[in-house]
Formats: sequence, structure tokens, C-alpha cells
Amino acid sequence: MTALWVAVVITGAGCFLLKLAGFALPRRLVEHPAVRGAVELAPVSLLAALIAVGAFTTAHRLALDARAAGLAVAALLVVARAPFLVIVIAAAATAAGLRAVV
Amino acid sequence: MNTDLQADRRRIARDAIAIGVATGAYGLSYGAIAVASGLSVAQASFLSLFAFTGASQFALVGVVGAGGSVVAAGAAALLLGARNTLYAVRLADVLGVHGLRRPLAAHLVIDETTAMAVAQPDPADARRAFWYTGAAVFLCWNVATLVGALAGDLIADPAALGLDAAFPAAFLALMAPRLRERPALLAAIAGAAVALLATPFLPAGLPVLLAVVPALAITLWQRAAGRSVR
Repeated sequence: MTALWVAVVITGAGCFLLKLAGFALPRRLVEHPAVRGAVELAPVSLLAALIAVGAFTTAHRLALDARAAGLAVAALLVVARAPFLVIVIAAAATAAGLRAVV
Repeated sequence: MNTDLQADRRRIARDAIAIGVATGAYGLSYGAIAVASGLSVAQASFLSLFAFTGASQFALVGVVGAGGSVVAAGAAALLLGARNTLYAVRLADVLGVHGLRRPLAAHLVIDETTAMAVAQPDPADARRAFWYTGAAVFLCWNVATLVGALAGDLIADPAALGLDAAFPAAFLALMAPRLRERPALLAAIAGAAVALLATPFLPAGLPVLLAVVPALAITLWQRAAGRSVR
């Protein structure tokens, strides 16, 4: 087995075990009210962080580019209660359009 | 009532398929980049089947492609995969899976399935959204990985299609209904701010994980204030 295969297998197993660990956590711990509240809010915080990092950073640096314009269009459409698919396609089209023009 | 349920199912299925297709487009470029970085087709597919978490896979092939050590590549991938642990903690009760379905459900805990599940107003819809999205993404991601790895350079750059803007937009659209609650809105803004501020200083993956700190702080503050801000 090459070193790369070892890394690939360990990464595969590790990523799976990281997911399973969240299910296996003792419920007693998770049922504590303070923990419970934080667990409820955590995905919102994490996904918002993911949006921010995905839209406003490039390789460890803050960046303002076509992705920000796409996200702004998405935000407007969210407020206008547009359907999910319309929002996603409009954001992609905005970014792609801007890149094609600029 | 029954038609409501059917409409709900249709809406969830449609959104799940949309996310699956978009993920598939990314999978094409993952497969192509993985092979260009020096992974074999089998290695690229192994990761899509068993790691099944896009950001981690891109990180691994990125480090390998840049000539980094395999240890650094694996560490970067695991760091990015750690947020799935936190998602799983949140989803465990909603999904309520036992026995053999537990590892299966765990395997499908990723950004997309979590965002779809937590966006649903009731638990039955949340479960449906999780499984539909998990199935759609797993299928599209793996087929696309194989096609991308075999076809290589035929695949368009995801940025040219605006796909890199599609994912933040999709997550925003999914989260939007929850942001009407004040604590959730605060947690989202603080989480995004913390991650952006930390990005220049920390390795990839950690800034997003750090967003759990404001979620914890807001919960503690709510309890200390002895009232619900809702």
C-alpha cells in the first residue's frame, strides 16, 4: 500500500467516524438544557460561517468578488420569497454573468 | 390534509434533487482535480464513497496536488470533517435512528443534508428532507466523481458556471426561515463574523468550527438572562 492509499483510507474512515461520533455522544450530556440550546443553534452558526467563508474568502484572505454579488441577489430573492430553485440559479447566473462580462 | 402532505413531499423532493444536481456538478470537478493532483481513479472514488464530505475531499486533493505531505493532507481533511460531528449531535434526536440505519444515517450527515433538515418546520419533514437529500447527493456525488476522474479536463470550471456562488445562496435560502427567531439570527451573524475574522489566521476548517462558540455564548447568555429572547 502506498502512503497516499494509507492517507485516503484513514481519511475515509476518519470522516465517517467523526459523523458517527455525533450520534454516539451520551444523550444525558446532550439533554442538559444549556447544551441542548447550544446544539439547537450550532448548525445555524456553522452554516452561516460556511456561507461567509464560501462567499467572502479565497485561500485565507477576505475577498469581495462575483460570489458576493450572487449572494446579494440571493438575499433579495429570499426576502421576496422566491422559490428555492430560483434563488440558487439566480445566484449562480449572477456570478457567472459578472465573470463573463468583467 | 393529504394533498398538503403530497405537496410537502414534492417540494422536499424537488429541492433535494436540485441540491443533488448542483453537488454533482461539483463532483465532476472534484474527480477531475483529484486525478490531476495525482490520485488514481480508485482513490478519488474511494473518498467519495467513504469520506463523503466534499470540503474534506477537496482539501485532501488540494494539499496532495500542491506537493504537501500525505499527513498534512489527511489532517486538513479531518479538520474540515469535524463540523459533521456537531451536525450529527443536532440531527440525532430528529432522525431517531437505531441499529443498522444509524451508521447509514451518520454517513449522510453533511452540510447539505443538515441545512435541508433543520430548514423544515416539523420533525417528519426534517427526516424526509434528510433522507431525500442524502440519497440525491450521495448518488450524484459518486457518479460525478467517477465521470470527472475518467473524463479529466473535459469538465468546465465550477466558477465559470457560478457554482461557487450557488452553494452559499442555497444555504442562505434554506436557513432563512429560521433567521426570523432572534437567537438564531444572532447566532448566524456572530458565527459568520467569527469565521471571517479567523480565516486569515487559522487552517481551513477551524474558522467554521469556531462558529460554535457564539452559539454556545448566546445560549448561556439567554439562560443567564433568565428569559427567552424569542
